[in-house]
Amino acid sequence: MTAGPTTAAAEPTPHGRRLVAVWLAVSAVATPLVAIFLGPAIPPGNHSAQASEQTFDNTWMVSICTPVVCLVLVFFAYALWSFRANPAEGLVDGPPLRNDARIQVLWIAITSTIVLFLAGFGTYELLQSGAGGGQGPSPIAIPAGKQFQVQVIGQQWEFTYRYPSLGGIESDQLVLPAHSTVRFDVTSLDAVHSFWAYELGVKADANPGVDNVAFVQTKGAGTFHVRCAELCGLWHGYMFNNGRVLEQADFAAWAKQARVLDAPILKYLPPYAHTYFPDPQRRAG
Amino acid sequence: MRSTGGKLALVAAAVAAAGVLIGFYVATLSTQAGSASYTVPVTTENGHKVVDLQLMTVAAIGPKLSPNPDWVSYLVRDAQGRWRRDTVWRVPADATIHVTVYNFDGASGLRNPWLARPQGIDGNRVTIDGKPSDAINPDDASHTFAIPQLGLIVALPGVADGAKNQCGVAPCPMSNAHRTIVFTFHTGKPGHYRWQCFVPCAAGWIDGFGGPMQTIGYMDGFLNVV
Repeated sequence: MTAGPTTAAAEPTPHGRRLVAVWLAVSAVATPLVAIFLGPAIPPGNHSAQASEQTFDNTWMVSICTPVVCLVLVFFAYALWSFRANPAEGLVDGPPLRNDARIQVLWIAITSTIVLFLAGFGTYELLQSGAGGGQGPSPIAIPAGKQFQVQVIGQQWEFTYRYPSLGGIESDQLVLPAHSTVRFDVTSLDAVHSFWAYELGVKADANPGVDNVAFVQTKGAGTFHVRCAELCGLWHGYMFNNGRVLEQADFAAWAKQARVLDAPILKYLPPYAHTYFPDPQRRAG
Repeated sequence: MRSTGGKLALVAAAVAAAGVLIGFYVATLSTQAGSASYTVPVTTENGHKVVDLQLMTVAAIGPKLSPNPDWVSYLVRDAQGRWRRDTVWRVPADATIHVTVYNFDGASGLRNPWLARPQGIDGNRVTIDGKPSDAINPDDASHTFAIPQLGLIVALPGVADGAKNQCGVAPCPMSNAHRTIVFTFHTGKPGHYRWQCFVPCAAGWIDGFGGPMQTIGYMDGFLNVV
């Protein structure tokens, strides 16, 4: 009896281990790079405490998402490289796929943990300072200390700003004092608008008949953009302007000049109120 | 059978063509949609460009000038003295614009009274029927001429409710009851600046802000500064 030629069973390729190793290596490099270099460039920036918080939050979220994105890309690249068909072998069916309970449980556990953590993280940040968002007429996240009040009045198609502490003057320029806690009372005279002071990290809907309160803590002097973020008619796309944060002395000078300019109209302005809708009654509609 | 390179070139050409068409559409839409562009005649005084812009505001544009005869509208007077329903105007940069508005419409009232203060014009003051004014009663406002990007807002007082010989449809003869508002402003750098009316004057539309208030060619337009 002669022994026939023996063929050793081919070792199965450890695709799973390779994939995990590459993914861990790529994630270990990409995640700190994203956090350190991309993070500071993520909007809305650093013009206010709320904007800084949002940039911090966005950096965290993008950093947490980076390994997930890496997994998808690594798997995609690995599949292209490793599982592509060899034209010389012809059309060959692959091995049957079977469930792997461990992978399924791991996948559900990891994704659930990430989502629940982000939900908790976001809720905590929101409750801390309101995160620059509109909180309705009865805000729950109210910053401590003195507040400077500005009423934002939306109308088709311009925002105007009323300053109750400056004699009720109004302006189409949003000018704020530096290093102050500003309370925005946002309302509308007609359609639904959305007040979005982009670099300040403030966004609040302007609804007719509603006082929507948002807070922001300004930092140093600078400029920012204001735009409407709610489709509100023909000139919605043109409903934008620049705002300014001024140091206290410059702000006082601006307020003085604004009072002089507004002197002829002050007698016609209604007393300050949280909402003005549906007045005035006289209109063509 | 087309090669892969040929297919890619075809896709790239199609994408480029679509981009050009979209760009052309957006550029046209954002500068003169709904209205022809009218180049306002320019004169020169001491080397400085001066424009005399004459406008009319009417309660109803009438069937001769619009398929929407009962819509409120602005009109512009051309060099031949004809009134045109064109609301996209081409004016030069760094020029002085003398504006005369003949308003034949009654008052609707401003929703925001603050807009009754003239601003963004010489002296922040208008002349109404020959008298200077630095604010009108917001309830008396019939329309506004406003270019928000330039900070320009001028409220136009309306014809009294009981005035005799009121205008029916445009173009209105000067013998009809009207108010005359005069002011001056200056253009700066070139750009497309939208203008609008802030008075909710579109009778019969929700909140007075539909129809002619949302259609270029009536109560809105562009100032194309070139």
